[in-house]
Amino acid sequence: MSAPAPPSPPGPAANGGGIRHSLQRLRHLLPYPDIAIPALWLVLFFVLPFIIVLQISMAEPALAQPPYTPLWQWATDGVLQIRLNLQNVLLVWSDDLYLAAFLNSLWVAFVCTLLCLLIGYPMAYAIATAPERRRVALLMLIILPFWTSFLIRVYAWIGILKPEGLLNNFLLWLGLIDTPLAILHTQTAVFIGVVYSYLPFMILPLYANLARMDLTLLEAAADLGCRAPRAFLRITLPLSLPGIVAGSMLVFIPVVGEFVIPDLLGGPDSLMVGRMLWTEFFGNKDWPLASAIAILLLILLVVPFVAMQRWQQRLEAD
Amino acid sequence: MHHRRWPLFTVLGFGYAFLYVPVLLLVIYSFNESRLVTVWAGFSTKWYWALLENQHLLDAAWLSIRIAATNATVAVIVGTLAANALVRRGHFWGRAGFELMLTAPLVMPEVIVGLSLLLLFVAMEQWIGWPEGRGFTTITIAHVTFSMAYVAVVVKARLGQMDRSLEEAAMDLGARPFKVYLRITLPLIAPALLSGWLLAFTLSLDDLVVASFVAGPGSTTLPMVVYSSVRMGVSPQINALATIIVVFVGVAVTVAGLALRGRSQAGSG
Repeated sequence: MSAPAPPSPPGPAANGGGIRHSLQRLRHLLPYPDIAIPALWLVLFFVLPFIIVLQISMAEPALAQPPYTPLWQWATDGVLQIRLNLQNVLLVWSDDLYLAAFLNSLWVAFVCTLLCLLIGYPMAYAIATAPERRRVALLMLIILPFWTSFLIRVYAWIGILKPEGLLNNFLLWLGLIDTPLAILHTQTAVFIGVVYSYLPFMILPLYANLARMDLTLLEAAADLGCRAPRAFLRITLPLSLPGIVAGSMLVFIPVVGEFVIPDLLGGPDSLMVGRMLWTEFFGNKDWPLASAIAILLLILLVVPFVAMQRWQQRLEAD
Repeated sequence: MHHRRWPLFTVLGFGYAFLYVPVLLLVIYSFNESRLVTVWAGFSTKWYWALLENQHLLDAAWLSIRIAATNATVAVIVGTLAANALVRRGHFWGRAGFELMLTAPLVMPEVIVGLSLLLLFVAMEQWIGWPEGRGFTTITIAHVTFSMAYVAVVVKARLGQMDRSLEEAAMDLGARPFKVYLRITLPLIAPALLSGWLLAFTLSLDDLVVASFVAGPGSTTLPMVVYSSVRMGVSPQINALATIIVVFVGVAVTVAGLALRGRSQAGSG
């Protein structure tokens, strides 16, 4: 800091000051490895990659290794050439196929979040109000499937849902249907698979929220003559809102980008963004287009993510 | 109130059935003689023996286990540091950003995490020549990036509830902060470290999407083998593998649960 600074145009100087300032801040972090090490890891392996994705989404595909054109290069006369190609982003934005995939992903995520909430809320409520000695076991039973392989649990549904599968055999045996139902490779199968896989993510935050609720409030309401359904709507439901939001976002956000479930259970019509990105990357080897899809998906998810952060903090503050 | 609870328990019963029946069917049909997974043709353990002879799958399983164990160990270290920062450092500069970076990988779609990390590794190889090629190292780094968030959540909960009087007593008796952390804090949060480790291990063992992006041509993990054989259709060998995983996880979780219970009872009693 004390060395006299060489005269320089204001822009870079201010910039240099900014960097020096940041470096000083970083030096203050050195005695705190518990902040510095995770932060460094996440900046390097989580934030920096997004910047590269953004950069490559504006490159052009090329028959090279890696398969995209460099964004900037030094031309022979020492001029820095920067080529920004917004074609990919515009293509994803304007092409009906990509738009349909985005809309369908949002629709699947929305329906599944709602279904998880409708099934998960009564389950979380039943666990939270169960006798205390049984709660741990009941909760463990919710978490346990989460520990077994996700891929294999999705696979289990193929054997159940396919035309000659267990569900159809069972329904035929009961005499409820005459011909096998076509469920596998349809949107319905995707709904079943997603709800099945993501239900624990809904139940756990709801339970955490409901278990901490002050049940004396409900007793007070009952003493004052409030009927149970009304007490639920006026007291329990509003108080469990943070849990509802946290659980819903834990389901909604990852499902929008889900790949495995639509790929294994869905049909050709169940277009979803995650699958599209996968195909562009692995099938068509179009890295810039895959990056553009990733960027748009990311932008789409910022709003629900910020909402989740806000409510999470509220949940913890309670 | 109690006579009103039966509808709730009916829902709970159906919910558990929904969660467990598919896995149960998978286990039952792993002992099926027939290749057709949906027709019962008598009891047989032949798919388990076939699994043992599937060298491709065994190699992939061994690679996955090595990655999972390395990932879990690194994730527990970095995740515990992060949990410590969040619980004990109060409001530090950049705390909001720190929390944001830590929670985002929990919900970030896997395709985005996988693609972005691959592009980073490719760019890094161009700039600094590291990592050379992709495989064990790149998959492990990718897994740590999302596992550490789960570890941080688990450890954070434990650190937050911890009684600090023991630490204060040790400090009063002149122990240095580092020694206090090593001898008192870590043993007290050990159950959380164990469950964090197991969680990170299973998350890694289970990951298909991120690993597919950041793996090189020579490194095939277990989920990749399972995925490609599932795409070919239902195979009883996969049922046998699923049964082994379910039994392994069931035993591990029960043991860990009993250990945690014993500890917490010893601690509170």
